[in-house]
Amino acid sequence: MYKIILATRYLLKRRITYFAVLAVALSVFIVLVVMTVMAGLVNEFKEKNHRFAGDCVVGTESLVGFAYYEDFVKLAEQQDFVEAVSPAIKSFALKRRRGSEQDDITEIMGIDPVRHSQATGFGNTLYFHNDDVSRTFEIANDANLVGCVLGDFMLLQDSNSRNYSATSLPRIPYSISCFPLTARGALARAGTDMVNTKTFYFSDQSTTDLPRIDGSLVYLPFEQAQQLCGMAGSNKRASRLHIRFKPDVKIQAGCEKVQSLWQKFRQDKAGEKQAYSLDTVTVQSWKQYRRSSIAPLENEQTEMSVMFGFVGITTVFIVLVVFYMIISHKSKDIGILKSIGASNIDIIELFSGYAFLVGIIGSGLGLLAGWIFLLKINPIEGWLFRHFGFQLWDRTIYAIGDIPNKVEFKILATIVVSAIIACLVGALIPSVQAARQKPVETLQVGQL
Amino acid sequence: MSKNDFILKAEGLHKSYRMGTNEVRVLKGVNLNVRKGEFVAIIGASGSGKSTLLHILGALDKPTRGVVRFEKRDLSRIGSGELNRFRNKMVGFVFQFYHLLDELSVLENVFLPAMTSRSIAGWLVCRRQAKNRAKELLAQLGLAERAKHKPYQLSGGERQRVAIGRALMNEPKLLLADEPTGNLDSATGNGILEVLEKLNRAGQTIVMVTHDERIARKAERIVTLVDGKIEHKNSGSL
Ligand SMILES: Nc1ncnc2c1ncn2[C@@H]1O[C@H](COP(=O)(O)OP(=O)(O)O)[C@@H](O)[C@H]1O
Ligand SMILES: [Mg+2]
Repeated sequence: MYKIILATRYLLKRRITYFAVLAVALSVFIVLVVMTVMAGLVNEFKEKNHRFAGDCVVGTESLVGFAYYEDFVKLAEQQDFVEAVSPAIKSFALKRRRGSEQDDITEIMGIDPVRHSQATGFGNTLYFHNDDVSRTFEIANDANLVGCVLGDFMLLQDSNSRNYSATSLPRIPYSISCFPLTARGALARAGTDMVNTKTFYFSDQSTTDLPRIDGSLVYLPFEQAQQLCGMAGSNKRASRLHIRFKPDVKIQAGCEKVQSLWQKFRQDKAGEKQAYSLDTVTVQSWKQYRRSSIAPLENEQTEMSVMFGFVGITTVFIVLVVFYMIISHKSKDIGILKSIGASNIDIIELFSGYAFLVGIIGSGLGLLAGWIFLLKINPIEGWLFRHFGFQLWDRTIYAIGDIPNKVEFKILATIVVSAIIACLVGALIPSVQAARQKPVETLQVGQL
Repeated sequence: MSKNDFILKAEGLHKSYRMGTNEVRVLKGVNLNVRKGEFVAIIGASGSGKSTLLHILGALDKPTRGVVRFEKRDLSRIGSGELNRFRNKMVGFVFQFYHLLDELSVLENVFLPAMTSRSIAGWLVCRRQAKNRAKELLAQLGLAERAKHKPYQLSGGERQRVAIGRALMNEPKLLLADEPTGNLDSATGNGILEVLEKLNRAGQTIVMVTHDERIARKAERIVTLVDGKIEHKNSGSL
């Protein structure tokens, strides 16, 4: 009992403890804010990738694609855990804006806009057809023309204007050229006319906020893309299938089910003529599918965590120093307590309790301050921008809306627990040393 | 009184400190017996080892050689846990510099020994009783009004009386006082000595250390510490 009372009194009466509390609060504050923003950015980025890919992707990187995909789509759609499946064509093409002399290499993706919006977040990335995706590729007042959707970054590069108003949508023609390939991967039309070319008209822009995709991807209607790439015909081929699971299905579990479904499907198709095209097909969760862009960011997050782990270590040292000072002031008290029967363990408990209080109060204050700061981080940034032109991220370059400020419980708990542990560790060494002092020696100091 | 009434028996106490390579021998074979109810003064020059001896008698320090028996129990054979209990229950220390805890009030300082030996639950059970005893002690020491004050608000003599209250809190069998008046003017010091005499008359066994012969005379028996050994004076039965 006296330990609690004394620990509390030390806390309140010693000005130096305020410094320890402040140091803890400051580190908690910094780590909380940085981790929250970082985790928010990473999560946002992952979520964008998730929305782009759907839950699960069955497909091949080969430009040839794979056959019998329609059978698998049917099979998959019958599964009770599958919500929607969207087949897609993916290839590379040359894109030339009419009137321009320049060909750009782009990626093309052939999709059915309705199915693709069911399987992925495609519909929501559109600017004009957000509400009615079925008309994505339609051109107003001319049913004969075929539309195409450009990533907004690409459009920006093309036209120096990221957004058009819906009323005055300009009719911008693009000719898209592809090299059609056979199922074996040979050029389908060797000779003079190797290239398939078709004209599409700008019908919408897509904003996924994934810079590489928004900067290089052109969406085309599925059948058109299939023809351009030579994947149409008697044995139609597609590049990949985007699958969305039912809401309560876990990604991991769903992907495993798709995997085994695919294995069976492959065995069933083993005898077919183009069964070889199924060899390169893989089943991947959205995370695996997009790992090349997610992994670097996750690495960065880990690096940040390590760096801010050092902030934690610094806190340990601050607490250690403060405790050394406090305990050297208090060595007389330790002698007194021992002279009236306190044990070494009692002394260690007393100072650990004290450290615990410092940790709790420090991290409590840090959390509170961090939480308030995060709540206000966007207004604060806005204010700084208005008055000093300061912006954390240049919004004309980075596709970041607000600074993420949702505090994750996991991060919060980790920070608080580590702060308290840091305090205990910082207090342990000096208090063990203090406990081991002989009472006579500490009392003698006052007597000499 | 019969011979069995010795509360404390020290035999052949040696204590030496190592200062670098040379050894400082402070006690060189001290023999001392204290009877129950006795008021013994140990007198000696400054630096003669009085405090060292007192600490050893109160189990706050260990002799290099020799035995201290408290009611026939050899203190060197008691484990550290038991020793803590011994210091808590059996002896009360009064130091020259009072040694109160600055963060606690006067009342809290007095009942601190009752808290140290108890768990939280145990303390909650007997808290009222302990507080009452502490208040009683303060009243006896003339400090009833000062219970809520902090040590720094008190004069030296008042602080020393608080320290005496703390030492008596657990009704120890032996009160050890190390120059209790050494830091006080003579009038205040006499007040403290009167308190000790009164306690002794009420049956408290006291061993007091001082370098001042006049103060020592208040005690029933004076022993002198010279050259690390005891010279007996006023020795009645010994
Ligand atoms: N912890 C210690 N280490 C070394 N020497 C000590 C220690 N404690 C006491 N001494 C020495 O022992 C001698 C006796 O000290 P002490 O018992 O305090 O004397 P007194 O109380 O009679 O003035 C002194 O010379 C002192 O310097
Ligand atoms: Mg002394």
